[in-house]
Amino acid sequence: MAVLDHVDQTLDCQGLLCPIPVVKTNKKIKEMAIGQTLLMLATDPGSMPDMTAWAKQTGQELVGSEQQGKLFKFYIRKAK
Amino acid sequence: MATTVETGTQLDSTLQRQIQDAVERYVDQRLSEEEEKRRTKTKKLAIISTKGTLDWAYPPLILASTAAAMGWDTGIFFTFYGLNIIHKKKSKKLKIAPLANPAAPMPVPNFVGAIPGMTAMGSGMMRMMFKRHGVASIQDLIDISVESGVKMFPCAMTMDVFGYKPTDFIEGAQPVCGATHFLDYASDADISLFI
Repeated sequence: MAVLDHVDQTLDCQGLLCPIPVVKTNKKIKEMAIGQTLLMLATDPGSMPDMTAWAKQTGQELVGSEQQGKLFKFYIRKAK
Repeated sequence: MATTVETGTQLDSTLQRQIQDAVERYVDQRLSEEEEKRRTKTKKLAIISTKGTLDWAYPPLILASTAAAMGWDTGIFFTFYGLNIIHKKKSKKLKIAPLANPAAPMPVPNFVGAIPGMTAMGSGMMRMMFKRHGVASIQDLIDISVESGVKMFPCAMTMDVFGYKPTDFIEGAQPVCGATHFLDYASDADISLFI
């Protein structure tokens, strides 16, 4: 998936396990403005399917994601 | 699809087609309305939490806080030993017994768990292991759940039997209630879990 060069905010969830990365992401996105992009960093091994499901359920847009070893990067655009 | 009226008279074919089109349009519209309703309805998760050990306290709180983070309407009915999870004092001291628990990751024979103090030690080890791996504590998960709007229903009957008072429960808990109130809440849930 495409990786963005511009992000408005970054949230570091490295070292945290389920459900904290999703809870923190949800909280952060609520504070942001529509159209802004959040970069979330996680090492939770289940975060790829979890973040995809969270985006689907909340209607937020997961515009990109990538994996570098144990590190996952998620680019989320606040859609609503 | 040929349409005939009871009298046996054949309907005029143009009229027949018009009726068919109108019916199809109506059905399509109703179906898409229903689909839209289903798609946009806030989902609901109803959990019954019945166990009061450290290991059993995690699943209801993890599932509830996750559901709330997805914008779902979420409620947990704490009953029997599960009530200890939202008891202000007892929730801080939840334990897991290594004795007769073959799943406990203990490097010693299981009967060692019978020695006094082993339950406290096993519980401490589990807390430490969870913390080291980055799992939230029960207290954190309770706070997150309440903050994100999870409804924590304390079971009135269990409260009475165990000799607890409504003031013994965490801030943010719902008023104590019975099975009837919870079932009413859960009656239109999309997912119901008994833990």
